[in-house]
Amino acid sequence: MLETVPPASIPAELIAELRALLPPAALLTEPEALRPYECDALSNKRRTPEVVCLPETLEQIRAILRACHLRGVPVVARGAGTGLSGGALPVAGGVLLSLARFTRIQELDPVNRTARLEPGVRNLVVSQAAAPHGLYYAPDPSSQIACTIGGNVAENAGGVHCLKYGLTVHNVLGLKILTMEGDLLEIGGQALDGPGYDLLALFTGSEGLLGVIVEITVRLLPRPEDVTVLLAAFPTLAAAAATVSRILAGGIVPAGLELMDQLAVQASEDYVQAGYPRDAAAVLLCELDGCSAELEDETARLEDLLRAGGASSIQRARSPEERQRLWAGRKAAFPAAGRLAPDYYCMDGTIPRHRLAEVLEQIGRWSREYGLRVANVFHAGDGNLHPLILYDAARPGELERAEAFGARILELCVAAGGTITGEHGVGVEKLDAMCSQFGQAELAQFHRIKEAFDPGGLLNPGKAVPTLHRCAEWGAMHVHGGRLPFPELERF
Amino acid sequence: MTADLSRSLAERIRAAAREHKALRIEGSGSKRFYGRTPCGEPLEVSGHRGIVRYQPQELILTVRSGTPLAEVEAALAEHGQMLPFEPPYFGPGATIGGTVACGLSGPRRPYSGALRDFILGVSCINGRGEILRFGGEVVKNVAGFDAARLMAGALGTLGVLLEVTFKVLPRPACDLTLAFEMDAAKAIETLNRWAARPLPISAGSHHGGRLYLRLSGSEAGLAKARRELGGEALGPAADYWRSLREQTLDFFQDERPLWRLSLPPATPPLGLGHDADWYLDWGGAQRWFKSDLPAKRIQKRAADAGGHASCFRGGDRDAHVFHPLPAALLARHRRLKQAFDPAGILNPGRLYPEM
Ligand SMILES: Cc1cc2nc3c(=O)[nH]c(=O)nc-3n(C[C@H](O)[C@H](O)[C@H](O)COP(=O)(O)OP(=O)(O)OC[C@H]3O[C@@H](n4cnc5c(N)ncnc54)[C@H](O)[C@@H]3O)c2cc1C
Repeated sequence: MLETVPPASIPAELIAELRALLPPAALLTEPEALRPYECDALSNKRRTPEVVCLPETLEQIRAILRACHLRGVPVVARGAGTGLSGGALPVAGGVLLSLARFTRIQELDPVNRTARLEPGVRNLVVSQAAAPHGLYYAPDPSSQIACTIGGNVAENAGGVHCLKYGLTVHNVLGLKILTMEGDLLEIGGQALDGPGYDLLALFTGSEGLLGVIVEITVRLLPRPEDVTVLLAAFPTLAAAAATVSRILAGGIVPAGLELMDQLAVQASEDYVQAGYPRDAAAVLLCELDGCSAELEDETARLEDLLRAGGASSIQRARSPEERQRLWAGRKAAFPAAGRLAPDYYCMDGTIPRHRLAEVLEQIGRWSREYGLRVANVFHAGDGNLHPLILYDAARPGELERAEAFGARILELCVAAGGTITGEHGVGVEKLDAMCSQFGQAELAQFHRIKEAFDPGGLLNPGKAVPTLHRCAEWGAMHVHGGRLPFPELERF
Repeated sequence: MTADLSRSLAERIRAAAREHKALRIEGSGSKRFYGRTPCGEPLEVSGHRGIVRYQPQELILTVRSGTPLAEVEAALAEHGQMLPFEPPYFGPGATIGGTVACGLSGPRRPYSGALRDFILGVSCINGRGEILRFGGEVVKNVAGFDAARLMAGALGTLGVLLEVTFKVLPRPACDLTLAFEMDAAKAIETLNRWAARPLPISAGSHHGGRLYLRLSGSEAGLAKARRELGGEALGPAADYWRSLREQTLDFFQDERPLWRLSLPPATPPLGLGHDADWYLDWGGAQRWFKSDLPAKRIQKRAADAGGHASCFRGGDRDAHVFHPLPAALLARHRRLKQAFDPAGILNPGRLYPEM
């Protein structure tokens, strides 16, 4: 099982050992210094760590892991702490291991088109460093100014362009990993594959449960020659949603295809005035890229598809400035939604694209039922929903209502043939939802995979994979009289 | 023709696990030559077949493992779609299960992605005889460890595949193959220079003093690239790339062991033998080498260049055929194998002798 019983607090001997191993500035134990580490971007779950280590060398990381391993003390790795599922939340009696000091780009190889990075390098920095060579790093999470490449690998982060260019897992070629036992594993490198099992895939998205990622080799892509951005307004949410499938079925794979509903559009307009149509029930933002000769043709076809889908108006960005303006509306959507209510809860399920309309309608009905507004702004081309449930934590019961509503949305995603998380990970947030997606046999297999890399169960314990016991309890609550949730929905 | 044999296959595996009897998983046998010598009683999976779900508008396909690859590609072609990793068949009966278990990708690989990149989910039977489902039928999914992609290239040692869900893509409107006269060093340099630019490249190879380049896209896009790059247009282009992928070119008709080297693409020619013994694919990232040299020598050279080497065909199939793993990594491979197949009954020794 993942949950070993850790000591209630860190043994004093271990703290003394860490003090001997690390320079003074690399060990935090004072309450004020620890506070920034008490949560990630899922800020309603907090725990102040007892100790934060900020090592600067690989050998220091190895020594920390070995010392903790010997004493059976858990370790939680942390990048920038922008995770949205509590993955970097400290655990009781555990050490928080920050990779923030590992910010070097070790090598940028424009000929082989790869970059070798320390785990604390920020996502955007990679593309900036590659830009002089006409290259870039494709995965571009909205948090790319802040989040680290190590955290991206641990979460298999996506972005607005992953419809065409893939997630982190499609863009990582090599990893160096330190296991809890202190062994260094080198997987892949600059070649397109490595010998043995595909551990690159296994480690990508493993949420810090299998090993500490200490080096990442990513592939870089040539910047597209040309880019077109279209913004289409729709009279109904359902029409916008249905047009998403129509575009892909039409043989077009856009670089990005985002949907915003009316509430999201209006909030964004109030905030940045990007010129979005405030009266539209929904808009689709669609980016095409490729060589100029090809693009003109494709754009014309896209416009036809948008019109056939019922678009009432289409704006086309003709200059880089206009492109930026159209994207600014989308990029501001999250902070803008933050102005609509004191708090919001961002969900992250994925569903088959052809069910977008029906699932969004159901979320709308529940929104009225729960008395909580929902703004939708999401990666429609991937079917990756991000309903933002607006609430006010200061009002008694509202947070609980928002959480209950969110859990129901995730179950709906599973019932529609989708998943409880498209890119934000399970962390501590979606442990119960995991029980609705996986059966006992799969969960047991996940635990055995964990044990293969971390036999003591010390790396990020209690995250990502629920115990069978927890799911048994969850199941007892959810399956009444053998009936699954949403019997009315066809199951895949 | 469709049939669901999941239950009986799981029953066979449970029985074998109880008796600690090794099973040799068999599709059509088209890739029997690949990996180490199979051992154990045959477990036939080719009867478990049929396309379970294909939604062209979703660009997603779920198929049973025994389904012939040819049947799948024909179904996709009807809707103008394709498996973008251009998998080799190595025999008319090649099944989806064998294709995924071997994890091989064709010439399009560096430009579109590998087989594992297009796997969205699998269902499989582990060595305990449990039917497990990982991943799903959506393109973005980070719930649970990615055990689905882990099956790609595992040669059946972690589980018997039952179903695989792929992301598929629209077929490009046109293809054009160009040939250029130059030596290997120049070809490697050229292919990598082109790959760093936004050109519609979908394959690049070199042999016998000629660089071959395939462009895929719209007519207008290809015409423009062609004007820029020059070169001589090759006749029915599909035939060349198919012969390279299927290893039916004259180069591959040879008694000597055939080595596959996977390298950083811009690695200069490695020497070791004559130029004529090398065939470059994947824009330089995959190189075929015919040689009687000792494995250690070839593998050392590949590792020094930042890659690895496996004996793809011929040679001693009872020895190591894949690049040996460092001790710490091998230890994790063995533990992972035990995590899925504690009795060690699924294709034992097919990948590495130690597991
Ligand atoms: C405003 C905002 C927008 C966002 N937009 C997107 C988006 O578009 N797409 C998307 O995918 N995500 C998005 N995210 C989520 C988040 O940014 C990503 O999950 C990101 O990958 C986390 O990186 P981090 O460095 O902050 O990791 P952290 O939050 O510090 O850690 C995340 C997890 O990774 C583990 N971890 C971190 N570093 C390592 C390491 N070196 N080795 C092992 N484990 C490690 C941690 O233990 C934890 O489980 C967004 C977040 C915010 C706040």
